[in-house]
Amino acid sequence: MTEEIIIAGFGGQGILSMGKILAYAGIMQDKEVSWFPSYGPEMRGGTANVTVIISDERISSPILNQFDTAIILNQQSMDKFESAVKKGGLLIYDPNGITRHPVRTDIDIYTVDAAYESSRMKSSKVFNMIVLGAFLKIKPLIDPEHMHQGLEKCLPSRHHGLIIENEKAIEKGKEIILPKYLMN
Amino acid sequence: MLDTVPITKEEICKPENLVYGRTPLMTDATLSYCPGCGHGTIHRLIMEVIEEMNLQADTIGVAPVGCSVLAYDFLNIDMQQAAHGRAPAVATGIKRLMPHKFVFTYQGDGDLAAIGTGETIHACNRGENITIFFVNNGIYGMTGGQMAPTTLPNMKTATSPFGRDIETMGNPLKITELIAMLPGTYYVTRQSVHTAANVRKAKKAIQKAIEYQKLNKGLSFVEIVSNCNSGWKMTPVESNKWMEEKMFPFYPLGDIKIPK
Amino acid sequence: MTKTKDIRLMKGNEAFAEGIIRAGCDGYFGYPITPQSEVLEYLSAQKTKERTGMVVLQAESEIASIHMVYGGAACGKRVVTSSSSPGISLMQEGFSYLAGTELPCLLMNVVRGGPGLGTIQPSQSDYFQTVKGGGHGDYKMIVLAPASVQEMYDFTKLGFDLAFKYRIQVMILSDGAIGQMMEKVELDKQLPRLTDEEIIKKYPWATTGKTADRERNIITSLDLNPAKQEIMNRKLQAKFKRVEENEVRFENIHCDDAEYIFVAYGSSARVCEKAVQLGRAKGIKVGLLRLITLFPFPYEEVARLSKQVEGILTIEMSAGQMVEDVRLGANGAVRVEHYGRLGGIIPAPEEVLNVLEETFIKTKTYA
Ligand SMILES: Cc1ncc(C[n+]2csc(CCOP(=O)(O)OP(=O)(O)O)c2C)c(N)n1
Repeated sequence: MTEEIIIAGFGGQGILSMGKILAYAGIMQDKEVSWFPSYGPEMRGGTANVTVIISDERISSPILNQFDTAIILNQQSMDKFESAVKKGGLLIYDPNGITRHPVRTDIDIYTVDAAYESSRMKSSKVFNMIVLGAFLKIKPLIDPEHMHQGLEKCLPSRHHGLIIENEKAIEKGKEIILPKYLMN
Repeated sequence: MLDTVPITKEEICKPENLVYGRTPLMTDATLSYCPGCGHGTIHRLIMEVIEEMNLQADTIGVAPVGCSVLAYDFLNIDMQQAAHGRAPAVATGIKRLMPHKFVFTYQGDGDLAAIGTGETIHACNRGENITIFFVNNGIYGMTGGQMAPTTLPNMKTATSPFGRDIETMGNPLKITELIAMLPGTYYVTRQSVHTAANVRKAKKAIQKAIEYQKLNKGLSFVEIVSNCNSGWKMTPVESNKWMEEKMFPFYPLGDIKIPK
Repeated sequence: MTKTKDIRLMKGNEAFAEGIIRAGCDGYFGYPITPQSEVLEYLSAQKTKERTGMVVLQAESEIASIHMVYGGAACGKRVVTSSSSPGISLMQEGFSYLAGTELPCLLMNVVRGGPGLGTIQPSQSDYFQTVKGGGHGDYKMIVLAPASVQEMYDFTKLGFDLAFKYRIQVMILSDGAIGQMMEKVELDKQLPRLTDEEIIKKYPWATTGKTADRERNIITSLDLNPAKQEIMNRKLQAKFKRVEENEVRFENIHCDDAEYIFVAYGSSARVCEKAVQLGRAKGIKVGLLRLITLFPFPYEEVARLSKQVEGILTIEMSAGQMVEDVRLGANGAVRVEHYGRLGGIIPAPEEVLNVLEETFIKTKTYA
């Protein structure tokens, strides 16, 4: 098993930390992992993305331009990465703020209304965990137990009280993900 | 008529007749400085104080680039030779890792106040617990008498052959006054070694500077205004006179910052 | 996962920082620059003074950093600095002095694109500067090229060992990608820092204060007598030769039956490893020679493979620097071409495989 994932959106959406939690949970499940970010000043307010690879084998290139899964959270990233999904691959996106929806027919496309849902949950901080939950619903690569350990590793211990809230958000993401054709 | 028998050298040079000796912390190597230059005296003063304070085994010195680049040939202590201007950074590295050692740099004005200004100011400002001996001769001695940051207005050098023109070449830099303003410096003084009285004063200043380092007080800075008779194109006697008349009014001797 | 192992997800820069602490580093001196600022940040957050007694100091410039390293190294201490390309340019003066005085130390360059202020994105365009000199005079430094976060960690201990074995500078030539990415790292136990007494015993050349039982120690690169300076230079060259004879390191990936090989190091080697997988899946017999030491360079291995394969493609994020050494190794036995991206762009695996096919396979003429 090797899963090559790009997560892309605005800086401040928690993209890098979502990738980090996923990668750390991967380690807890004894996988090989890599996490390769876009970096530098462009991230502050601009676009941000991270490539996460989770694999049973030694990871070759941490830097890719073709992905099994693209998780897309703004329009610029949609324009850039829709075409980067491998044939038969997966694209998950939050339709909030998307004006040009994906059109490919050779990949599976899902939506997750995470921005809306996180405002309902009164916490913009869990936005990224809702998105992560949605992904794990379609690709259950990591067990909940290891997700929990991943969260423990990534959150400073003074924030461990927030782990439950994050796990709830992951569950919420699993509930609300929809195939794109059901969106209207 | 005198009818005494001439006295031989052997009869005079006896331990009981000794009034002044050379410190064993100076090596046997012949000094390579020009006759009349102050470096030899300054070397000896520093070594005498280190000997008197019994610090030989605890001292690490840093030689600069300049006439005193070969200071380690004359000083019988462990020494490192630094790149031009970088001695305060080198000394910082030593002192941070060997905090119980006595660490000093020995630098000229080109080294300390031109190419190494950044390293000097920042080491002083951090209050590195080191001692800087700064020999200011107003000129680049080693490379043949070019203009230094400390060269006086209208002073002739190889690169200011018509005199230092303030308009185009800038003003002489009173780096020692600048350094005295920094909170990291503890003791800042300006001395000279051109008369016996001045030598005695300079030695006291050197003693204090070393004492303060032992007490972890931060950076001590001892400037010694010195002559460069070759670079200034004068005899040693003329150069000392010129130093008194021209250098001292601009670089007045005395303590600039003393511990409260 | 065996619970006894200390495994963490870390950035390359952090792994390097943790690595030097655990390898018993005495002092780190540095100045912030993207994409390696995490090194100084990580060390500053670690309270190293309490953890191991290690000194961490933010210097006023890269010039000051490298000369602080010089001062510490001359005392026999394990000292480190790191920077990225523009800062490394400033340090060249210090590298030359460290070479001339044969001082051991560990350096790291997280390379970004140039020339000038360039870009903060990854690049490999500092190969010549690092491997062929950079500072003035005839000298070499050992150059290690990590291709993973684990190697960023592992090469700290290896680097110190080599540095003190030969009294030489060791440079870890990394890049923005390796520095910024996170991977799994297995950490070792903390090694103790040497005491001053141990240093005096192990490194009798160090300036630790002249005691009555020995002559004074002098660390200098100056000798105004050309005959003596020539002897000193010959001694240096003999040392570099010993390094070349004993310390060549590389990794062969699917080279045994290869008809074509990539030669690459660092993040480019990771890209090529993927390209090898993609090529093999298409039935192309392609392999990868991954360079681990850039000095000493594995000329002999390149020569050996040159007789086996039909083409060599070097991949480097530069206009073609390392390719010159590969051509020296191949010595005309096989065609050697270079492909690189400039200005901070990392080539994609498909892209480099495609270049290999276009260069060597599609153009092949059958007589
Ligand atoms: C980087 C560098 N630039 C220039 C020189 C040449 N150089 C050697 S000594 C010197 C001047 C030193 O003058 P100063 O510090 O006043 O000491 P002095 O010779 O007067 O004792 C210069 C410019 C050098 N060695 N290194």
